[in-house]
Amino acid sequence: MTSDVPAYSMSMLVICLCLSLNANSEQAQTGPPKSGSVYASAEIRALQADDTANPGMLWVANGEMLWNEAAGSQAKSCAHCHDALVTTTPATIPAMRGVATRYPMVDAATKSVINLEGRINLCRAKHQGAAPLAYESAELLGLTAFVAFQSRGMPRQVTINETNRAVFERGATLYQQRMGQMNLACVHCHLQNAGKTLLAEKISEGHSNGYPIYRLEWQGLGSLHRRLRSCQLGVRAEPFAPGSDQYLALELYLTWRAAGLPIETPAVRR
Amino acid sequence: MVARADLPAEAKRGAVVPVRIAILHAMETGYRFDVNGRSIPKNVINTLTCRYLGESIFRAEMGSGMSANPSVHFYFVAERTGDLEFEWIDDAGERGSHRAKIRVVT
Amino acid sequence: MSINHARRRHTFAIAAGCASLATLRSTASCAANELIDPNTDALSQRAAAVTAGASIRIGRVSIDTPRLADNGHSVPITVRVDCAMTGQEYVRRIVLVSETNPRPLIATFHLNAKSGRAEIATRIRLNKTQRVMALAELSDGSFWADRAEVIVTESACLDAE
Repeated sequence: MTSDVPAYSMSMLVICLCLSLNANSEQAQTGPPKSGSVYASAEIRALQADDTANPGMLWVANGEMLWNEAAGSQAKSCAHCHDALVTTTPATIPAMRGVATRYPMVDAATKSVINLEGRINLCRAKHQGAAPLAYESAELLGLTAFVAFQSRGMPRQVTINETNRAVFERGATLYQQRMGQMNLACVHCHLQNAGKTLLAEKISEGHSNGYPIYRLEWQGLGSLHRRLRSCQLGVRAEPFAPGSDQYLALELYLTWRAAGLPIETPAVRR
Repeated sequence: MVARADLPAEAKRGAVVPVRIAILHAMETGYRFDVNGRSIPKNVINTLTCRYLGESIFRAEMGSGMSANPSVHFYFVAERTGDLEFEWIDDAGERGSHRAKIRVVT
Repeated sequence: MSINHARRRHTFAIAAGCASLATLRSTASCAANELIDPNTDALSQRAAAVTAGASIRIGRVSIDTPRLADNGHSVPITVRVDCAMTGQEYVRRIVLVSETNPRPLIATFHLNAKSGRAEIATRIRLNKTQRVMALAELSDGSFWADRAEVIVTESACLDAE
């Protein structure tokens, strides 16, 4: 098992050295964005498309249960304010349809950029008197997947203006910033080499429209921040913390970058 | 435990009906280590049963060679309107169950 | 179509001169009805342990699984047995056996005469490129089997971040 790791690192190093030689300044994205499912195998696409087989739907089902469960000192459920749901498939909480398309957004009260996870935790604190849920916890993943699922098929609609421009610019900067032992930036793989094969994987454009995703190699559902962490570990960089300003900035930038792509939550990837 | 059962809502009497059950479970192999380097004990759903009209129609004995969040797809013959009762137990002794209804028409 | 996207049912034949890695669905090959010799290889030995030494013939069972797995953690597999599933003849159980996994026995699926169809589908873990065997025990006590090779580039034994 671990004996495979040095070999993997070595090939990655060689490949990335070649990529870095070709690297130049950021190019404008040409053509409409392509979802990761375009780069996935037919098997994976079929698994994602089949709600009965898509393992991510188990988290959506869990999210449904949690949505209806009273929580916190106020003993209120999400449904108490946001309407009760009827079934999980297809999306059936009219009030929640379209909500995920507006995230990350600027929270009116705190004036800070928050994602769906942030909103759920803010809601819990303010309206339910409930403690925040941790990133990658089954509960937060379930609720996030459930809410995003209500907007499945709808394109994200993030507007960049004076309220979030600074965060957006930071995200754009991070996206182009070389990092890690391999000294690579996101652009090197996902902009300049999307569609090419790296080891056994096809490099996608790295869009965020399917999150939280069921990743076969994770054997479970995971958030965008978890994926960004994996990317950073992949270039041997010190990863940022889940929920950090850096990841939020990247998330805002990525959402802007994926404009027009429909939400695919829960997407399935390798 | 969270589970989903998928089968048609209605079937003709005598028809062969497909059913899929999926369960949210890590199916720990016992070969993994936590962040502190400690071995995570094996814990998989080892037995899954399905009863229809009170009779056992399917049983699976599973090992760690089954994927996490196991899903199993099988068939049964529709006889009468009734419930499919799924039950399972993992190595730690935790039990789960799920119920689904099938309406059988003639 | 690239190999990544090919999903084929295939037969791995031991007998020399037989076409291997066939993309056809039929079991009509010189491997049909071949008796598996438990002494030939690890997979056959592991299978023999399942049947407690009872003889196993290739045939009547067909495995549908990708030639190249997206990820060893979750390899889809469908097993069909050519059997009418009546009171007179039915499949008692379908057993999945791995060639190289640390634990040979992946799962056993018990059916009965009321199952209607001798077919199961699930997703399994494979630690490396290997053959998987699906055994079917019929109501008369006979064992039939099919084997399929799956190429695995991402082992189920490796953890991901």
